Amino acid sequence: MAEFRLPANSRVQPGREYKAPAGATRVRTFRIYRYDPTTGENPRIDSYELDLDRCGPMVLDALIKVKNEIDPTLTFRRSCREGICGSCAMNIDGVNTLACTQATGDIRGDVRIYPLPHMPVVKDLIPDLTNFYAQYASIKPWLQTRSPAPPDSERLQSKAEQEKINSPSACILCACCSTACPSYWWNSDRYLGPAVLLAAYRWLVDSRDEATGERLDELEDPFRLYRCHTIMNCTYTCPKGLNPARAIAEIKKMIAARQL
Amino acid sequence: MAQPDRPLSPHLGIYRWQISNGLSIIHRLTGMLLSLGALLLTAWLVAAASGSAAYDGLTAWLQSPPGFLLLLGWSFAFFYHLCNGIRHLFWDAGHGFEIRRSNMTGMLVVATACVLTLLFWITALAGGS
Repeated sequence: MAEFRLPANSRVQPGREYKAPAGATRVRTFRIYRYDPTTGENPRIDSYELDLDRCGPMVLDALIKVKNEIDPTLTFRRSCREGICGSCAMNIDGVNTLACTQATGDIRGDVRIYPLPHMPVVKDLIPDLTNFYAQYASIKPWLQTRSPAPPDSERLQSKAEQEKINSPSACILCACCSTACPSYWWNSDRYLGPAVLLAAYRWLVDSRDEATGERLDELEDPFRLYRCHTIMNCTYTCPKGLNPARAIAEIKKMIAARQL
Repeated sequence: MAQPDRPLSPHLGIYRWQISNGLSIIHRLTGMLLSLGALLLTAWLVAAASGSAAYDGLTAWLQSPPGFLLLLGWSFAFFYHLCNGIRHLFWDAGHGFEIRRSNMTGMLVVATACVLTLLFWITALAGGS
């Protein structure tokens, strides 16, 4: 059920303020969600004033600067710093995106940084993605076949068949879309969410996959698939420019078409 | 590995309102408003069946400013829900998922609902006098 208020242990308190160093020329304030599981205290918002003339251009650069120079306890995931690993997904300036590809200069006013919305927080900006990954595994994201593979070649696809899976295959599983979806917020225990449904779609339209019927059987459920109400937050927020909302609509169409 | 005491990260309170989630929540609210409006319609029918005194009383109240505001809101809810419902039908058919297209159709729905509400009341008030 939809629970609009945060539980008592999750309400955010005011936190510490770290002033800019003397002589800073271009100051921006970063308001960052902090939670330390060892203290038993509620989460808080710490604000850090940074000199943008001494900081890289992306929000991830600012986070790394805070960790290196001001507060080494600040905790976040990051790896590739070029938008392909999906580790640094977080809520920046009200929308989910990757810290490494979000330029600080494109944000007006204070830069507000939260973990991905409506997720259990492990520490600071790190959400627990266990359920998300389990849901991904549940759609069997691998090629399922019954016919034997050709003895002397791979299972080949035409160029047109390949193009069908190009876009959905580009998903990096950062979870930006799923955690931007209000339906997923209220029903993530039963609704698979846009990222996982986009992955399901990727295998449904794969010309080599031979489990289309079983895959659709699994998805045909009031919650797993049909909690999508086309709010479109997923497509608006995808840092890779993919379109999970359309993929979900296509799955609904496939289920409708096979009942004709 | 269960950690039931983990806090839940902020969601509704921090997520930016955009055309996507904004128009979606208006669709839900207008849907609820329409259900309440159905009660009003029932009250009107009951009043009509109960006799002229009850009917005149209710009609007089509906013509007062708060009553009129209610009717205005109800009519807008009807036209918005209708237009956005048609937008949903196009989505169900697989059309209009590009962000630019979705913004455009969203604004179109709001504008059309406003125009239809206006036209409805111009017609109703002109015909009623």
